[in-house]
Amino acid sequence: METFLKIPLLSVVTFLPLVGALLLLFAPREREDWIKGFALGVTLLDFVLSLALFIYFDDGVAGMQFVERVPWIKQWGVSYYMGIDGISLLLILLTTYLMVLSILSSWSAIEKGIKEYMIAFLLLETGMIGTFCALDLVLFYIFWEFTLIPMYLIIGVWGGPRRVYAAVKFFLYTMAGSVLMLVAILAVYFLHAKATGHYSFDLFALYNTPMSLKAQLLLFAAFAVAFAIKVPMFPFHTWLPDAHVEAPTAGSVILAGVLLKMGTYGFIRFAIPLFPYAAHKAIPWVSVLALIGIIYGALVSMMQDDLKKLVAFSSVSHLGFVMLGMFAFTVQGVQGSIYQMLNHGVSTGALFLLVGMVYERRHTRLIADFGGLARVMPVFAVFFMIVALSSIALPGTNGFVGEFLILLGTFRSNPVYAVLGATGVIWGAAYMLWMFQRVMFGPVTKPENEGLSDLSPREVLTLVPIVIMIFWMGIFPKFFFKKMDLSVERYLRDVKGRYEMVLKAEEAKAFVARSQGARER
Amino acid sequence: MIPPALYLALSAVIFTIGVIGVLLRRDAIVIFMCIEMMLSAVGITLIAASRYLHSMDGVIFVFLAMTVAAAEAAVGLAIFVLLHRIYKGVKVDEINLMKW
Amino acid sequence: MTDYVWLIPLFPALGFLINGLIGRWWRLNKTFVSWVACSALGLSFLFSILVFIGLLRLPPESRVAIPDKVLFDWIVSGGLKTVIGYKVDPLSIVMALVVTGVSFFIHVYSVGYMHEDPGFTRYFSYLNLFVFMMLNLVLANNFLLMFVGWEGVGLCSYLLIGFWFERDAPANAGKKAFVVNRIGDFGFLLGMFLIFSKLGTLTFDGVFSKAHLLDPVTVTLITLLLFTGATGKSAQLPLYVWLPDAMEGPTPVSSLIHAATMVTAGVYMVARCHVLYEMAPLSMAVVATVGALTAMYAASMALVQVDFKRILAYSTISQLGYMFLAVGVGAFSAGIFHLMTHAFFKGLLFLGAGSVMHALAGELDIRKMGALRKKMPVTFWTFLLATLAIAGVPGFSGFFSKDEILWNAFSSPQGHFLLWLIGFITAGMTAFYMFRLCFMAFCGDYRGDKEVWHHAHESPPVMTVPMVVLAVLSVIGGYVGVPAILGGANHFHHFLAPVFGVHEGGGHEAALRLLPLAWAGEAAGEGGHGSAALELFMMVLSVVMAFAGIYLAYALYLKRPDLPKALAQGYPRAYRVLFNKYYVDEIYQFLFVDSCKRLGTILWRQFDEAVVDRTVNLVAAVMRVLGGGLRLLQTGFVQDYALGIILGAVIVMLFLL
Repeated sequence: METFLKIPLLSVVTFLPLVGALLLLFAPREREDWIKGFALGVTLLDFVLSLALFIYFDDGVAGMQFVERVPWIKQWGVSYYMGIDGISLLLILLTTYLMVLSILSSWSAIEKGIKEYMIAFLLLETGMIGTFCALDLVLFYIFWEFTLIPMYLIIGVWGGPRRVYAAVKFFLYTMAGSVLMLVAILAVYFLHAKATGHYSFDLFALYNTPMSLKAQLLLFAAFAVAFAIKVPMFPFHTWLPDAHVEAPTAGSVILAGVLLKMGTYGFIRFAIPLFPYAAHKAIPWVSVLALIGIIYGALVSMMQDDLKKLVAFSSVSHLGFVMLGMFAFTVQGVQGSIYQMLNHGVSTGALFLLVGMVYERRHTRLIADFGGLARVMPVFAVFFMIVALSSIALPGTNGFVGEFLILLGTFRSNPVYAVLGATGVIWGAAYMLWMFQRVMFGPVTKPENEGLSDLSPREVLTLVPIVIMIFWMGIFPKFFFKKMDLSVERYLRDVKGRYEMVLKAEEAKAFVARSQGARER
Repeated sequence: MIPPALYLALSAVIFTIGVIGVLLRRDAIVIFMCIEMMLSAVGITLIAASRYLHSMDGVIFVFLAMTVAAAEAAVGLAIFVLLHRIYKGVKVDEINLMKW
Repeated sequence: MTDYVWLIPLFPALGFLINGLIGRWWRLNKTFVSWVACSALGLSFLFSILVFIGLLRLPPESRVAIPDKVLFDWIVSGGLKTVIGYKVDPLSIVMALVVTGVSFFIHVYSVGYMHEDPGFTRYFSYLNLFVFMMLNLVLANNFLLMFVGWEGVGLCSYLLIGFWFERDAPANAGKKAFVVNRIGDFGFLLGMFLIFSKLGTLTFDGVFSKAHLLDPVTVTLITLLLFTGATGKSAQLPLYVWLPDAMEGPTPVSSLIHAATMVTAGVYMVARCHVLYEMAPLSMAVVATVGALTAMYAASMALVQVDFKRILAYSTISQLGYMFLAVGVGAFSAGIFHLMTHAFFKGLLFLGAGSVMHALAGELDIRKMGALRKKMPVTFWTFLLATLAIAGVPGFSGFFSKDEILWNAFSSPQGHFLLWLIGFITAGMTAFYMFRLCFMAFCGDYRGDKEVWHHAHESPPVMTVPMVVLAVLSVIGGYVGVPAILGGANHFHHFLAPVFGVHEGGGHEAALRLLPLAWAGEAAGEGGHGSAALELFMMVLSVVMAFAGIYLAYALYLKRPDLPKALAQGYPRAYRVLFNKYYVDEIYQFLFVDSCKRLGTILWRQFDEAVVDRTVNLVAAVMRVLGGGLRLLQTGFVQDYALGIILGAVIVMLFLL
């Protein structure tokens, strides 16, 4: 393994798509098949390399692995610092896995500018993987912002009729949050420098920045808003339906599958461990917003007439679960939350793929335009059913493992939240099955739907890996859990430990103040 | 010997005339000449100070400024010629492409 | 031999995979598909018997101490460690036998019933999946795997109710079943959470051995939450509404899932958790009361319905109420006993209904039937035997199980006179509506379309043979549990005793001592010592009640067919309420479904779009207005800019000076 590690595998995985994108610049525009094939090849290779990460990742080590550290801007303490633990590992795998499927799904859906489209996707992949690996705040911020641009282009150029509105909204909304985060990053940086005299953007050095409780709360709020917009948490979610409705299929898949996870990942890696005290103080706020998200997202989703909007609001609901579990601060809650991120990536990604497939055939996404598709497209119906069941967390599918652990973890820290959150299982079934019924069951009422062709082999090929994942993750979750067990354990110990330290310090301070007051009297 | 305050006063008067000209006149060439007047006013100040302080720095500055002014004149006049061709005149209030 | 328990669910799973994955691609023919499906079940049944025999060889006390068969770790997170593992004990094996046995016969029956259906392969793969999930439910060694089966059978129920999805009614019914079940599952989930957070484990052995650590409030809460799950799955008040609609599915499905097996899962669950329930008298009382009320309530609706299958559906709900009454008063083995006999006769009744539909081109309205006895003798005789069984006529299986329940409702420490009374009255109602159905469908004169009558025929042997087998079981199934009072040995009871402990059911003397002596004596007429006499007396009472119901049905529907109409007109309001099922569907629709939809629309249109999104866009609009104002400064005149520069310079100068 050591010899293998001579290759900076993490950087290779991160920047391979970038190299691919640069090479693609020189590709002749007319050779569309060649371009698609090349992009697919690059993403596949990246996926295989990320599998190597998975295989060589040592699940007996709790800390960061595959660490690469090179000074970058020395005088400011910026360095190229990359590394992964079990949490980021799984998210990287999710990214590379979904990228392959997205490229596959764009085969016939994109009609103009295929070259630029593929370049944008490859750039996006680099940005996303980088976000999950970066351990230096400046590096993280660069990757984080970098993902905005390709996504902005993907929505704004290859999107639906209101694509410019959606793209600008997406960009500005996220950007507004990110700027807050940038200020907070600088604040932490200077606080740390003031306390230690050492200028550094190293995440782990900054974990131990001493700061007043008020500063913690303010800075946490800045980080939290940036990430909450990305997640998106209620009430910052309104860019999501717009962006999803307008984005091309693959864009929606990546947006829902990975970009949203950057927000939740940001909470786990940055917002919470940087400010453990504030994070604990924020538990009721975040949990209540998450609960509102779960129930509200589901209720609104139920009444949507557009399939993509329905899935978008269901994302709000699902990510409410993720946030709920994360802020339970129990092993089950956090692990469930991470698992739910993966589940949501797989199943919601698949839902968008499926909606895209039917959109390619009918050029409409309105539920009312369908009905009875199960007879016309039986294979499609089977896939749709499986994915819908995964989305409503039927036991045996991946969704159940995540939701169960989240609710169990939440129950152990606050039963009331868990009870409210558990109503999500009812709402989920209601909106998903109702939608499924209206689209798939009943008589075929529209003559246009009579002649629809069932899935092509390429489409089946796109969906089969997802179905395999759904069941694999549902039946053998241990395969994935053992990679993150130690990381999560360490994370919780660290966060809770530092939280309790702050509490003790506060108590001591209060004690001193009290005794002084007593003496003065 | 003329006291330096008078040089400065002269320079101030010329400079102010230049400023007012720049702000009020509409003909680009006149504005241009006003700018040259402002430059010259500054030049007078510099030379006066140079003489008063027994230093050549000011004089050298003025040489530089004059060179720049010459270059300016060359470029500026070329622009005016082009503007004249397009707009049939060089009235600045007709040339407001930078407007919102 | 008990080690092979994991093979029991394996075969249906294989059948599902074979038929489900390649059945469509390779266009397997119907013979092959039906052989795969039926032989999977046959093998599964065979292994259930083998495991059962293996269990019988062990001494009774070690039958409950067999180590769980753990296949692999499932969800492992922090202190939570759940496995895919199966448990063999008398209770689970009885359930497995009932499930695989009845399923096997219904599979065979389905081969004939579904023969013309284009979804033949799909049907059998769903059916096999169902059995797989059901076996997981009954064989699981922990709550979570039980929940997998619990939701899994719900899924299969959804798929099979909506099997003919091209019509709206089945699709609606399927969705309703799933969502209502989910409401119950919500309770089950919370129950599991509570168990885990208090005890740190979810395996049955672990939970039950540590159960004494729970305080009374918690254990009451746990059991009530679990029971919420049971009310959904087993169609009890107030979540019973999905079951009548579920009759939209193919009739063998109604027979297997919605009568014989799945709906009894709740009873099994309560019995499995008897340790917890016994610690929570309040929960027991709730279970018994809900059971009794449901029994009577559902029976009252069955009195006036005219849809063949819906009558049977209400009857199922009512019989499930009996089972809950039994487990609620602590008579767990009596509940399981009734579960078993009910699986035989109710499964058979539905198969009879299927046979009738087969003959009459799908007709379900019993007002358009009659005299079918002449056309389909096998169906009639088997149906009649099942009807006698469910009515509780002595000698038939239903008599023994129902009587044991009624006796326990009265005599057990948790029992009560009122519970018995409700059960007793319901028994009469059951006899009445079942014979009403039987008489209207099979006797009297034919009232339907002549053309249909002409085509009516007896079903093929592939359907009638399973019916005959179940008929035999309906008759003799009760003899494994003949109570001591009638000179029987009650093998069934003794077999289950190691699971439930020996104290209940059999210990009549002990039970009686706990009764208020006054009215026990009153009932028996000779002060607290004559429990045997009392038991016999009550048995006679219930038999009289059953015969009264049968006679009433005979009088109303055979002798004076004009009377029922007159009665209905005599009490129009009562009739309408019963006929419309107390308007519960309409009330639920208004209270829950419509209000949720309205709330969803309001949240979306009036809140999400009008408030949240508008706020976001408002911020953007404010920026635009500000920017628009500021850009007016950009006049395009160089001189204005120059003025700005100069003013700026002046201000800086003033500032510096």
